[in-house]
Amino acid sequence: MAALAPALRWRNPSALPGFGLSLGFTLFYLSALVLVPLAALVIRPWEIGWSGFWAVLSDPRVQHALKLSFGASLIAAAINTVFGLIVAWVLVRYRFPGKRLLDAVVDLPFALPTAVAGIALSALYARNGWIGQPLQQFGITVAYTPLGVVMALTFIGLPFVVRTLQPILVELNRESEEAAATLGATRFQTMRRVILPMLAPSLLTGAALAFARAVGEYGSVIFIAGNLPGVSEIAPLLIIIKLNENDYAGAAAIGVIMLALSFVMLLTLNLLQAWTASRR
Amino acid sequence: MIQLFKPRAPTEDHVLLRWALTLLALSFIGVFLILPLALVFREAFGDGFAAAWTAINEPDALSAIRLTLITAAIAVPLNAVFGIAASWAVAKFDFWGKGLLVTLIDLPFSISPVVSGLIYVLVFGLQGWFGESLRDHDIRIIFALPGIVLATIFVTFPFVARELIPLMSDQGREEEEAAVSLGASGLSTFWRVTLPNIKWGLLYGVLLCNARAMGEFGAVSVVSGHIRGLTDTMPLHIEALYNDYQYVGAFAVASLLALLALVTLTLKSILEWRYADEIAAVHHH
Repeated sequence: MAALAPALRWRNPSALPGFGLSLGFTLFYLSALVLVPLAALVIRPWEIGWSGFWAVLSDPRVQHALKLSFGASLIAAAINTVFGLIVAWVLVRYRFPGKRLLDAVVDLPFALPTAVAGIALSALYARNGWIGQPLQQFGITVAYTPLGVVMALTFIGLPFVVRTLQPILVELNRESEEAAATLGATRFQTMRRVILPMLAPSLLTGAALAFARAVGEYGSVIFIAGNLPGVSEIAPLLIIIKLNENDYAGAAAIGVIMLALSFVMLLTLNLLQAWTASRR
Repeated sequence: MIQLFKPRAPTEDHVLLRWALTLLALSFIGVFLILPLALVFREAFGDGFAAAWTAINEPDALSAIRLTLITAAIAVPLNAVFGIAASWAVAKFDFWGKGLLVTLIDLPFSISPVVSGLIYVLVFGLQGWFGESLRDHDIRIIFALPGIVLATIFVTFPFVARELIPLMSDQGREEEEAAVSLGASGLSTFWRVTLPNIKWGLLYGVLLCNARAMGEFGAVSVVSGHIRGLTDTMPLHIEALYNDYQYVGAFAVASLLALLALVTLTLKSILEWRYADEIAAVHHH
């Protein structure tokens, strides 16, 4: 109906009261707390100009931190895509005792404060930790290495993939699976050629959400990472280091570049998803 | 349970595959999610409850708990009021730019916690936009409670709104329009028609908002200044203790937050099971 409204009017008439008040408050609150401070972030780096901006970004330490943040997030998102699919599949398709509990536990990374997750993971994967010690026997060191960063980001990202896939799996119609079986496909062929393509867009969406969260993650990572410059130092930490050195523009420059890169990444994945959807 | 000798339907997985995938899922969740949680409680209470209690019942820890509670008590209600106002405007009216507004409300979720703190330093910090005039008037925002509250509001900004917007949009406007046409005032329409319809959804949003508000680390870490006993919230106090090698103390305080997470998850699951129809259908986080 909205399209039928006179073009000049910017809102449709309504019998309900409170439009001005609720929208006014919403816009004020949103601008004061989100939009204006974000503008401060976008404007700040320009006081040092392009050359200053470039100097910050071409610093090897900054480049390594950005590479680590984006690389480890990508690996963690890939791990979560595989295991998130398995967990979601098991939760939707199978029946076993304790399923509801397992379902609730999946949200733990959302509910557990990141600092708590951070010290727990750090203690778990330390050289004398519950998991760290056995791994050490095989010569694998997790704590204070990039591998530790990947572990923490995997922890934080799992629910995104599972929770994106679950509703899609529930609604997936079984008729195409039945048709494939009737036509002589093995179960494996049905999974690979019928089910997986139908899930691909939501798998990508879940992975993109996990990735976006991981890139900016701080609390669960810094304890296990050990923060060795050029080895296991992540980009968000570098922002804090710059701030402590009173280098506001430098901190803002890294902040802006992280913001821009994750927007580009999300946009790419959205386009990819639209393309996958249109192909079917 | 899994029956071994029942003939398998064509859309069912082979029993061995079922066992394998279930085991794989259980061990992944066990190693990645359950073990860290178990470790928190083991480290906190491994030396007995007395040691953990001493670590919690100590001035700096108590001050951190108080600061966390105060912060949540300010940030959560404000975001709840905002969520209600935003969802009323979005769900009950048609106006130009609605899609953009909903996108902007979700924006804080896609921003790094550290950047969320940084933006307030850029506005209110000593070298920020208002830094000098604030200093001249002796108003402290950064490295004080207002900054901590602002950063917390930012990271928990969308929780209530994104729960209520789809819920109220689904419920439509007929009931409110009927109430108003029968002569009810706007306030009593909201109070007696809308609120009963959205109360479980509102509670759901507030629950998640509160969990994040009490547990936020990155954003608060940037604006707090880490003054022990003064501007350290619970997560920051955990960090300070851990970096001081006071592991029992760190995990004791952490166990309180882990308990909060478990309570939140339990209440959330109960709401999802019991009131599935009365909270928003889709839950992306």
